Amino acid sequence: MTTFSVNGRPVSFDGDPKTPLLWVIRDHVGLTGTKYGCGAGFCGACTVHINGRAQRSCQTPVSAVASAKVVTIEGLSPDSSHPLQKAWIAAEVPQCGYCQSGQIMRAAELLAGTPKPTREEIVAHMDGNICRCGTYNRIIGAIQRAAQEG
Amino acid sequence: MTNRLAAPEVSRRGLLAGLGGMTFYFAWATDGFRILPANADQPAQLSPWVSIAPDGTITIRTVTEMGQGSSTAIPLMIAEEMDADWSRVKLEWAPSRADIYGWPERNGGRNMSISGSRAVMMYWNDLRTAGAQIRRVLMTNAAEKWGVDPKTLETKPSLVFDPASGRQFGYGEIAAFGSVPDQLPKIEANELKPNGRFRLIGKSIPRRDLPLKVNGSAQYAIDVHLPGMAYATALHSPVHGNEPESWNDAAIKSMPGVVMTLKIQNGVIVVAESFPQAIAARRALRVKWSKGKTDAFDSVRAVEDDYAKILDDAGAPAKVVYAVGDAGSAFSGAAKTYTNLYRSDYSYHAQMEPLNAVARFNEAGDRLEIWDGSQDLGRSRDLVAKSVGLKPEQVEVHQCYLGGGFGRRSLADYAAEAAVAARAARRPVKLLWTREEDIANGMFRPITLQCLKAALDGSGNVVGWRHCIVGDDGHLSLVTGGMRISSYYNLPNQHLELRNVDHGIRIKHWRAVAHNFNLFAIESTVDQIAADQGLDPAAFRLQKMSVTPKARRCIETVVTMADWSAQRPAGRALGLAISERSGSLGACVVECSVNRTAGTIAVHKVWMAADGGTIVQPEAARANVESGIVYGLSAALHERVTVRDGEVEQSNFGDYNVLRMSDMPEELHVAFVPSTAAPTGLGEISTPCMMPAIANAFYKLTGKRLYHMPFTPERVLAALKT
Repeated sequence: MTTFSVNGRPVSFDGDPKTPLLWVIRDHVGLTGTKYGCGAGFCGACTVHINGRAQRSCQTPVSAVASAKVVTIEGLSPDSSHPLQKAWIAAEVPQCGYCQSGQIMRAAELLAGTPKPTREEIVAHMDGNICRCGTYNRIIGAIQRAAQEG
Repeated sequence: MTNRLAAPEVSRRGLLAGLGGMTFYFAWATDGFRILPANADQPAQLSPWVSIAPDGTITIRTVTEMGQGSSTAIPLMIAEEMDADWSRVKLEWAPSRADIYGWPERNGGRNMSISGSRAVMMYWNDLRTAGAQIRRVLMTNAAEKWGVDPKTLETKPSLVFDPASGRQFGYGEIAAFGSVPDQLPKIEANELKPNGRFRLIGKSIPRRDLPLKVNGSAQYAIDVHLPGMAYATALHSPVHGNEPESWNDAAIKSMPGVVMTLKIQNGVIVVAESFPQAIAARRALRVKWSKGKTDAFDSVRAVEDDYAKILDDAGAPAKVVYAVGDAGSAFSGAAKTYTNLYRSDYSYHAQMEPLNAVARFNEAGDRLEIWDGSQDLGRSRDLVAKSVGLKPEQVEVHQCYLGGGFGRRSLADYAAEAAVAARAARRPVKLLWTREEDIANGMFRPITLQCLKAALDGSGNVVGWRHCIVGDDGHLSLVTGGMRISSYYNLPNQHLELRNVDHGIRIKHWRAVAHNFNLFAIESTVDQIAADQGLDPAAFRLQKMSVTPKARRCIETVVTMADWSAQRPAGRALGLAISERSGSLGACVVECSVNRTAGTIAVHKVWMAADGGTIVQPEAARANVESGIVYGLSAALHERVTVRDGEVEQSNFGDYNVLRMSDMPEELHVAFVPSTAAPTGLGEISTPCMMPAIANAFYKLTGKRLYHMPFTPERVLAALKT
């Protein structure tokens, strides 16, 4: 039995401890904002926060989050009011939207540690997250906007 | 065209039940809208486009959303002519009924396919007309109530008002007492709003899907959960066309959580209690596959060697794609001729959401529901029905958001697998292809070899044009689309030809399809001719290429945007190209540099001018063109699938490279050439502009030409050595 919290709510999972956290979040907890993109750590669509750090949930066995605090896109804010979420809409970032939960969670980690990142810092931090619709420059703009207004 | 609609009736589907008010069912037919009597044999076949509730809520159906914004743009076109208050408009997905929710095909049928970036373009006339008809019905009802001539009434957003008396009715109030006539009023084209009177079109109304895409609540097919659902994945033959003969079935079935295995024609499906269990079982599968004709296929050898032999073989079967004038005479009388060969590799869609669908049968097994993020709900329904021996009307496909489409999601082979698995497992099934499966069993943009020949007269004008392409056209114009140049270069003597091949490799439409490699060849050759004459590439096109007025405007716009003649920073140069797709024209300029040691090309800035007619949603259209630029840059610089011994060699994003943030140009500039013409497709216009523009900038920087896309470091270094 692995116990941890997701978005502040206790979760216990008694399946295989090697089960990737991604599938526990999606199919056991029922929070589907966190996406499966590659299952191999290449794309970042499955990014969540584990004790405040952005991690790839597809590469994280559930046993590794015992007692940890996991935050998903659904828990980033109660009402889409995180500065990044507001900036994402203002800059009309999403297209297909599938990668955007991971992008926002990754960006939230950046702003938590570096409130006023340069463009180079943004690119270096975000480069592991693929957006196939190519919204990268709008993502950069939205992060800069959130940094200014947040 | 006689436009009729059905009498109002509460939807039997229940989707809009309980609203009351007025419901507008348009049954499309070859001659326009057709009335379906309320007491017809199959009243349940009626399904509404638009409903107005007494509280003023207007519900409009919409068709699909893969990121381009058309789920907002399509209902916006109805709302504009209805004069609806957009803040009172609710959107719902249309059911999988192409006869009702499709756009008009040339042959009189209806089609729900959202492809070629043509959603707005295809629905433009019908949906605006429908909106105007609804507005007229509302005005007529108000006029009858007030005892006045409807022609004296006007509308404001969701209000009919009488300027003479100042009276007004909200649309919801009318819906509470009004009726819909058996025959809809006829609307002439000149009764639709002129562009200057639009309140919604052209105003960049916020996309309805965006708020759902920043908090995880947008529902993709992969997010659908049904009670009792099992999870499935598939392993397909690594060589297309081969079949599973046997596998380690007992070992697989003994694995934790495995519910069953299932043989399908081209693979094995594993059904389990969870995805990790299904994926683990797939990984453990050891399948003996049959042998087939594709086993020996090698894509590198094909595109490098075999295709050249086909090109050299005068007796090879050839099909004329297009011919005008007398190309033979133009070449025999030419002052100068050019012959260039260009090649292109396979390319994979790499949509971020791997292919998946959810299937559920009813207890009796004669009704099937599918949840799919589909580019073509009607075709998805037909294909799924066929796969399980049902009639299309026994299948309902529920639309979901698409995690990218790019042409791949107009064929629901994966949804058919979900249906087959759900029937066998006797419970709902979500079937998901792993990323590895999505690539290994991908459907690719075909490999090609192209031979381009140009004939010049004594003044350096291009007067003859020959373009021969070797590749797999797949009966879908997968290599011949985009060969025609007459919408931008109206050259007098042309001969375009296909030499078709079939390797048994799965091929498919891929954003801008054949325009990608064809425009690469066309615009590279034009650039070369300009350079040989010592002429500026933009000036050459405007002077010597019989350029059409629309193309001229795009070139003139983009050279102004890019400040084309201005000095660039050291080590950087510009390349220019024209593009054409789905009725739109475009021209782009890219600013590039080359790392001569690493063999890499960096694109620093991109300017794109596009003529897409009337722009319904400018900000969404701009985003769409930006997306097309990035897709094109990625294809030009990185994306390459190779097939060896019939098997795809790439397996995930580790070896199939797509553009990442660090590759991005620091500036993307998009402008639309002003136009009041009907809309044309914009989501693909920029993609095929990137390959030739980069190659032309590379020439400006190095004096060398690139002839094979993508422009991998290996090819760039080889070109630098020539």
